[in-house]
Order: sequence, then C-alpha cells, then structure tokens
Amino acid sequence: MKLNTNSNTYIIVYSTVLVLIVAFLLAFVSQSLKPQQDKNVALDQEKQILNSLNLRGLSDDEAHATYEKIVTFDEAQNVYVCTLENGDVKYVLPLKGQGMWGGISAFLSVDSDKNTIYGAYFNHESETAGLGAEIKDNPDWQAKFHGKKIFADESKETLALSVEKNVNNETTVDAVTGATVTSTAVSKMLQEQLTKKYLDFLKN
Amino acid sequence: MALLSKQNKEAFTNPLNLDHPILVQVLGICSALAVTSQLKPAIVMGLAVTVITAFSNVIISIIRNTIPNRIRIVVQLVVVAALVTIVSQVLKAYVYDVSVQLSVYVGLIITNCILMGRLEAFAMQNKPWPSFLDGVGNGIGYAMILVVVGAFREFFGRGSLLGFQIIDCKDFNNGMMTMPAMALILVGCVIWIHRAYFYKEK
Repeated sequence: MKLNTNSNTYIIVYSTVLVLIVAFLLAFVSQSLKPQQDKNVALDQEKQILNSLNLRGLSDDEAHATYEKIVTFDEAQNVYVCTLENGDVKYVLPLKGQGMWGGISAFLSVDSDKNTIYGAYFNHESETAGLGAEIKDNPDWQAKFHGKKIFADESKETLALSVEKNVNNETTVDAVTGATVTSTAVSKMLQEQLTKKYLDFLKN
Repeated sequence: MALLSKQNKEAFTNPLNLDHPILVQVLGICSALAVTSQLKPAIVMGLAVTVITAFSNVIISIIRNTIPNRIRIVVQLVVVAALVTIVSQVLKAYVYDVSVQLSVYVGLIITNCILMGRLEAFAMQNKPWPSFLDGVGNGIGYAMILVVVGAFREFFGRGSLLGFQIIDCKDFNNGMMTMPAMALILVGCVIWIHRAYFYKEK
C-alpha cells in the first residue's frame, strides 16, 4: 500500500515527529556543549580584563593563571581589584553603552588614586570593521587612555574624561578617524556610566 | 551505479564552474560581502556552509519520498535550521573568537539562497550520494570565492594574512578595502574574469 503523503493526518503526524526529533537533538547538543561554551565566555572576559591592565597577548592558559593570581572581584562595588606583580593596586571598572549598530562595552583600569587611568579595553557587538571596530582592534588607540585623568582637577568635582576629534589633553582622548558616531558613543558611555555607577567609588 | 560515474562527477564539478553558485547563479552574495573583510572568518564561513549544504542535502535526499509536498519548504527549513544551530554551537565551544567575529552570519546561513536552492533543485529529486557530492561541490564553490575575496581584502586593507602582519602599514590604512562595498566590486571582478576565461556556454 502506498502512503498518501498529501493527507492532512499524515502531514500533522509527520511535522510533529520531525519537530520532536529536532528538538531533542538540539537540546542534547546544546546541553553537552554548554560547559565548554561557558568556559570560553568566562575566559574571554578574563582576557578583556587583563587587556585593560595592559597584559596583552597571553595564551589561554597563561591568561587564566594570571587572572586567578592577581584579580579579585569586589561585588559590593562591582569593581575588579587587581594587585600587580610589583605590588601596585589597580581597579578595573566594567562599563556598558550603546554604539552605532549595537552594544559596546569597556573595562577601564584606574590607579589607586582613582583618577589616573592605567589602561583600557573596549569591546563591541557589531561596529563597522576597520572603522568603529578599531576601538576593539587597535591597541594603539586603547593605549592613548594610559595616563589620562578622569576628573578635571584634584578636588574631583567635575568628571572630564571624554573622547573628541583632534583634541588631545589631560582628560581627552583623540577620536578614531572615520568613526565619529562610535567615538561619541564611547565618550557618552564613559561619562554616563562613570557618573551613574562609580562616582561614589571614585570620590572616596 | 559506480561511486564516481559521469553523472556523479558532474554533480560535483558543475557547481565549481558551469553552475557556480556565486559566479553564475549569483546566489548567497549577502554573506559573501559581509564576512570577507578578513581571511580567517571567510575560511570558517566557507567550511560551515560546505558542511551544512552537504549534510542537509543528504538528509533531505534520504527522506525525500516521505516529505509531504505541501510542507516541503518547511521541512527543508527545519533540517537546515537544526544543522545551522548545531554548527554555531560547535563553533562557540571550540573556536570562540571566530564565532564572535561571524556573529549573526552563521545564523543567517539558514537564509542562504544556495542552500534552499540546492535542496529544492537537487536533493528533492536525487539519491543521497549524488546529493552529497552536489552539496560539497556547491559549498566548495562558495568557499573558493570567499577565500579569494577575503585574502585580497585582508592583504590590501590591512597588509596581513590570517592575522600575520606581512607589510607594516601603520600610516597606510586602506579603510576602503575593509568596507563591504569593496567586496561587491571584487566579486564583480572575479565574475568578470571567470566569464572571460573559464566559462563556456553549454
């Protein structure tokens, strides 16, 4: 007997069985790969934090070992506290913002005076390759943050850190060429997130 | 039927030249433009598409006689979507940095016209083995162009290949090459060369 593959019953049964098989298969794959994926995500974040501390180009194992050794997470302040090998203490502040096409994020490390910037690492979801994506891909640009001040003066009254075109002074970093929107977004993220989340922390 | 009869050979070689998915049928251009600014994601994307085309072709070909005609596109989509999800999960687990670079484009393989085209035009009428060859052929054809364009754009845009700096071009940053528009022009040039020297009308 030949099956009538066009009858309604057959179609409903067929699609139900197909979907069930696929669902079980996907659930199985997702569950079995999840530990490895979580490890990758965690390692990626550890690497980003180390990048912001100017510890770049480490292999996976080195990065994990170094991170375990020097970084601790202060949950109350939402700040990563790092003790470098020479004994200096740095604070790493995680920041989040909105870029041109998608989210952007940053890790900003500051000296123990909570004013001088030690290093910075930026990440993005979907900025334009070669232009906006430079905030992540160009270590030379990130290095420009080194030594900048967050506040305009020692009294820590006004938060002055920003990114602007063709301006290069104590508190301002030159923008990325060809990426005005992304650069402005970075500037806005720094201003807003530092004010909203870390003002008390930085002033004390 | 022999494993490599004349017909089977054609199923494999046609998509590399006479029926090339990008050069002749001009399918799958969108992803070809998006992921070719560097060589590494281009290679991974090419591999992913090859694997997915080959296996979805085989699966659809095996169950082709049981698929109800009225919901065949849906069934094809479910199979492709399942494979794409698996591939993207595997990438995330084993080559995390590449999967971050490819971001949405792995998911978008589902809508790659090459895949649906091959399933409708080939796998629905042919046995599993020729379908497998056809899928691999189309995938390699697609990957070929991605690798050529990717290598060209990375070399002339950043002076590097696979991330290794070949020419030091700190002061010479060719942003034009890394923009998607340039990929369109390059694919156009490749099609032009192909038509002029390699393509013979049947």
